[in-house]
Parts: sequence; C-alpha cells; structure tokens
Amino acid sequence: MYKNVAISTSFHLLIIILATFSLPFLIKKPIELPPIVSIELIQITDKTSIPFAPKAKKIIEKVKKKEEERIVSEQAPPKKIKKEKPDAVPLPDQKVEEVKKIEEKKQNPEKIETEIKQVSEFEKKELFDPNNIAALIDKSKENLAETNKTTKKITQSHDKNAEPSGLSLSEEDALKAQIFGCWSIPLGLPYNENLLVRIKLQLKPNGTVIKSEILDHARMNKPGQGFYKVLAESALRAIRLCQPLRVPTTGYERWKDLQLNFDAREMLEG
Amino acid sequence: MNLLRILIILFLFQFKAYALIEVDITRGNLSPLPIAVSPLSSDQNSLDNFNKILNKKDIGSEISNIVENNLRQTGLFNPLEKDAFLQEPEIAHLKPRFEDWALIKAQALITGKVEIVDEKLRVEFRLWDVLAAKEMLALAFTTVPTNWRRVGHILSDKIYERLTGEKGYFDTRIIYVAEEGPKTKRIKKLAIMDQDGFNLKYLTLGNELVLTPRFNPTNQMVTYLSYFRNLPRVYLLDIETGEQEVVGDFPGMTFAPRFSPDGKKIIMSFAMDGNSDIYTMDLENRVVERITNHPSIDTSPSYSPDGKHIAFNSDRSKYQQIYVMRSDGSNVKRISFGNGLYGTPVWSPRGDLIAFTKLHKGKFYIGVMRTDGSGERLLTENFYQEAPSWSPNGRVLIFYRETKTNEKGEGFSAKLWSIDLTGYNERQVFTKTDASDPSWSSLLSN
Repeated sequence: MYKNVAISTSFHLLIIILATFSLPFLIKKPIELPPIVSIELIQITDKTSIPFAPKAKKIIEKVKKKEEERIVSEQAPPKKIKKEKPDAVPLPDQKVEEVKKIEEKKQNPEKIETEIKQVSEFEKKELFDPNNIAALIDKSKENLAETNKTTKKITQSHDKNAEPSGLSLSEEDALKAQIFGCWSIPLGLPYNENLLVRIKLQLKPNGTVIKSEILDHARMNKPGQGFYKVLAESALRAIRLCQPLRVPTTGYERWKDLQLNFDAREMLEG
Repeated sequence: MNLLRILIILFLFQFKAYALIEVDITRGNLSPLPIAVSPLSSDQNSLDNFNKILNKKDIGSEISNIVENNLRQTGLFNPLEKDAFLQEPEIAHLKPRFEDWALIKAQALITGKVEIVDEKLRVEFRLWDVLAAKEMLALAFTTVPTNWRRVGHILSDKIYERLTGEKGYFDTRIIYVAEEGPKTKRIKKLAIMDQDGFNLKYLTLGNELVLTPRFNPTNQMVTYLSYFRNLPRVYLLDIETGEQEVVGDFPGMTFAPRFSPDGKKIIMSFAMDGNSDIYTMDLENRVVERITNHPSIDTSPSYSPDGKHIAFNSDRSKYQQIYVMRSDGSNVKRISFGNGLYGTPVWSPRGDLIAFTKLHKGKFYIGVMRTDGSGERLLTENFYQEAPSWSPNGRVLIFYRETKTNEKGEGFSAKLWSIDLTGYNERQVFTKTDASDPSWSSLLSN
C-alpha cells in the first residue's frame, strides 16, 4: 500500500518538476521578430536628436507633436488596416512580399525608423485585440514558417531577428566597425569571382581569439584558387590585428562561438 | 526503467542552445598593405666581390630597393621606412622577431641574403606573415652577377603573386617610340626599357618615321610600322639578336600591325582601292588574307587571347565604334554604344576586358569594357591620350598622354603613363625623352 503511494507520489512529483522546468521552453512566443529591432532604432534616433539648448523643452514637444502626427497619417493607408481583420489573413504570395519589405527596410536605416514604427504599431494592435486571438495564433504560425524559410537562405541579419540570442544591432555594428578598420582588402582581387571567406571563431570573454577556423579550408589549397587563399589570409590577418574583438561585456555564452563572413565584392565593384 | 532515467535526466538538464551568430564583413580598409622590405644581407667576402665585379658597394640594399619600388608602384603595397626597422637584416632573415615588426605596423616582411657562389650571384629570400608569425614563401635564385636588376624584378613578381593571387608584371620590358625635336620636325626612334625605366636602349637611328611597335605575346619579337621612301612598311625585329626583316610593303595607309596570340600571324589594316579593311598575314608563307570587306573604315584590330575573336573599330554605323567578330570575319557585332567616338580596342591578356580610347566633347578617355560591351568604365580623362597597352597580367594599362607645356597652350610634351583597373593608381612612367605608342612585353622569366 505504502509502496504504491510512494510510487504514485514520486511520479506526481516528477510530472510537476517536468512541467515546471520544461514547459516554458516549449512555448513559442508568437511574434517577437522584427519589431524588437525597430524599437531599438527608434530609441537611438530619439536620443541622438535631443537638442541641448535652453529651449529644449519646447523643441522636443514640437518634434514629438510632429512625429505623432506623422505616425497617425502614415498608419492611415487602407492596406494596413485590412490586416487587422481576422479573415484578411494574407495569401502566401502577399506574405512573401511582406517579408521582403522588412528585409529592404533593414538595409536602409533611415527608412527603418518610420516604416517599422508602422509595423510595430500594427503588431501591437493585433496582439492585444481579444477578438482576433484565434486568427493571430494561426497567423503567427504561418509568419514564423515564412520567416524561417527566408532565413535559411539569406544572411545573419535575418537570423538575428529570428533569434533573440544573436547580437543586438549596436553590438554587431561595433564589432563590424572594428573589423572594417583592420581588414586590408587585397585590391588585386577580381571583382567578378565568387570570393566569400567564412571563418568560425572561438572567443574568450575578453574578445581574444582562442581558435580560428576557415570553413572552406580545402578550397585554399586547390589549384586555381589563389585569389581565395589571398582573401582568406587577409581575413585572418584582420582578425589577428583586431584582437581583442569588440564583443559585448555580457552574455558570453551567446557569442563565444562566432562566424565572420568576409565578402569583398561590394568594395571591389565600387 | 533505464529509459525513464535517461528521459528524466534529459528533461532536467536541458539547456538553451544558442544559434551560431554570423556577422557579414562587407567593408574593409582600401589602404595599401603595409610591408617591410628588409635589405638583403651579405657577408664581407661577397660584398668585396660585388664591389669588384659590379662596382656596387651594397648590392643587397640595391636589390631590396628595386623590390620596394616595384611594390610601391602597384598601389597595392605600402613599403615601410627602413629607418623604423628594429631588427638587423641578417638576424631577421634567420628568425624574425615578429613582435618588433608588428610594432611598426608591418603585416608582411621580406628578408633575404645575397652572396657570390662560384662566381655567380645567389639570392635567397623569404616572405613572412607578421601577424600569423609564419613563413609564406622561400626561394633562391642563381644567375650571373650582371643580372642583379632582373633578380630584383623576379623577386617582386614572386612576392606580388603570393600576396595578390595573380601573376606579377615586373620582369617585363616596354617598347615605345622615343620622340625628340619640334612637332613639325620630330625625330622618332624605337626604344626599349625595363618596365621601371632602367636599361634604356634605342633600336633604330631615327632616320625613318617609326610607328606602333607591338610585342609578340609568346617571345621577344616586335613588329612595327616604318615609312621607307614615304611607303609604309611592316618590320619584324628580334630584340635579343637585333635582327630585322621586312614583312612587306603595303599600299595606301597601313595601320597598327599586331601579332596573333600564337605569334604566327600579324593582323593590321590597310587601304586597298581607297577602302580600309582588316587583313592578316601568315608569317611563315606570307599569305595575306582579307578579314573584313565593308565600304566603311575598319582599323585597329586586336585578337582575343584565345585567338577566336577580333576586336576592331569601324565607322560603319556612321560614327567610329568598337566591334567584335569571329577571327574569320563572320558574326560582326557592335559592342560600344556610349556617346562619343571609340577607338584602339585592345583585348586584355586575361580575356575579360577590352581597353579603348574614347573621344567625347573634346576630351580623351582611356577606359575598359567587358567583351560584350557591358560594364564600361572610364579610368582616366585628359586633353589628349591614347594607345593603351595591357600589362601581361591584365591589371595595368600603359598609354601615352600629350600635355601642353604652358598655360597658353603652346608647345606640347608626350609622356608615358600607367593606370590600374581601379582607376586610382595613375603614375607617370619615367622616360628620358618624350614618348608615345608604348607596348608591354610578356614576362621574361616565363
């Protein structure tokens, strides 16, 4: 009798423990994707545009008023309003377009400010509309699938949005700016060849490189790949020259393994 | 039960895995690579011998200066001041103290040794990656002592190739027309020099007008045009032996003979019955073959490196433009469509680009375009400039430019200039006299 009670209790305890520790990880939060980035950018712009003159208050108020007006007017287009209706879930083609639009915005910081404000406002509305919860759940799943599809193909900037574990924009920019200064691009390289060097790094908490590994190392010693070898060597020199890398002071687990993709085409073409 | 345990452990110890963060590095520093060229060391015995044979006190420094100048001229490297070097050349060659070289911001280091062995000059050199603290290249050459300048150029080629991934162009020569005297009574002689302007030699006396010398891509032969008793005559000249032969007299205006890539034919344009067309001549049997047959003026033919196509300029579309056709004259296609007149197309030895001269709104441009005419880029603009010729690696163009000698526009001076494909690295090539019509040889050490 006691034995059975003990077994039953222990199993119940086990289930409670499992539920406590693992269930939160199984819940996928619906949409924390692009809006996070946009909010960060808006804050930066707001901070940098604060005037320091004595009449600052007035100016700030004016600017805020203007911005509010602008946001309201920009949210007006009927297309966006349609999105709020639960039965107006976009068709797959439309969704692809939407994802593409967000990509474009990321390329142009000036555009991001206004455009993403719109998107984030919409997302907020959708999230807090109790009548649309069912539609939102379905939509978020679809959106997630769409985003995953595109991220598989393209760059880390999308991964960064999809994965909250990535570097923030400012952290990434700091690291990029540091490496830009250290990397002497071999100017003799032909601009029309496919030369992308991917280097995986293992870092210490202070940004010093423990280990660097060229991911396509075999290509370096193949005949006719002289240009690739030269580019790979220049990339390694840049990493060594930049040490310690400008990494965030916190969250070591996030970035202790880092991959740098060196691509000189843009510079050589220009 | 075991399975249950494993499941429990897995659930209890599950941790959050982070995706690998990727960062795209798409921009960098376009400044030239800082490189330290340490003087080549030599022992006292070798120094005495060099002094006796070559009348040079420090041959090691002279060779390293050649390398340094060559690398600087490319615009891709920034040789550092020797005064800043912290390590003696002989010690650096054995084992460089990389921290010392990194301290002066060197990213690559060249060390070497030069000595006399069995009355021959022996040069040994090493190229080091300072930041990786490892050797990138080590070679040794033996030659006759009088060849010391060429050794400097060959070293430069090897270093350039290792650091850029493409062949160098330093162990080469340039043939050009040296000009002296007033414009109305100009004396024109054929001249040849190393690509850095040294070892100048005149190949003709200046009695006859000489034009458009062109190197054979496969050896050190030159073809050029000369007017003998006011008749154009095409010559072949062997630079090594000095032997010269007449290929033929041609009627009317004859222009720009140029070799085919295999060196077995020459291609040129001349006027027959008042109409200028393109012809080839087989150098073995001297058979002339007509390639184009069009009432317009077709001139300046240039073969593609594989010999399958020919670029030329023609005014068949009313204005002078660049055309490409198969080497038998079929499938003629216009490739230049920009504003202005296009001329002197020259196919790159790499085969990817065609260089040209463009005249637009009274200004002359040297530019390049892809072989289908796309991607036109104008590299340099001036009052008067033309006749581009490619370096053997297809990275640099040499051409000549005429400039007015004073603000009133009186007098003129013609000089050789070079520009690389980026368009940023433009330099004057030093010549003793005025110079025009340059042609770049292939690598001598092939």
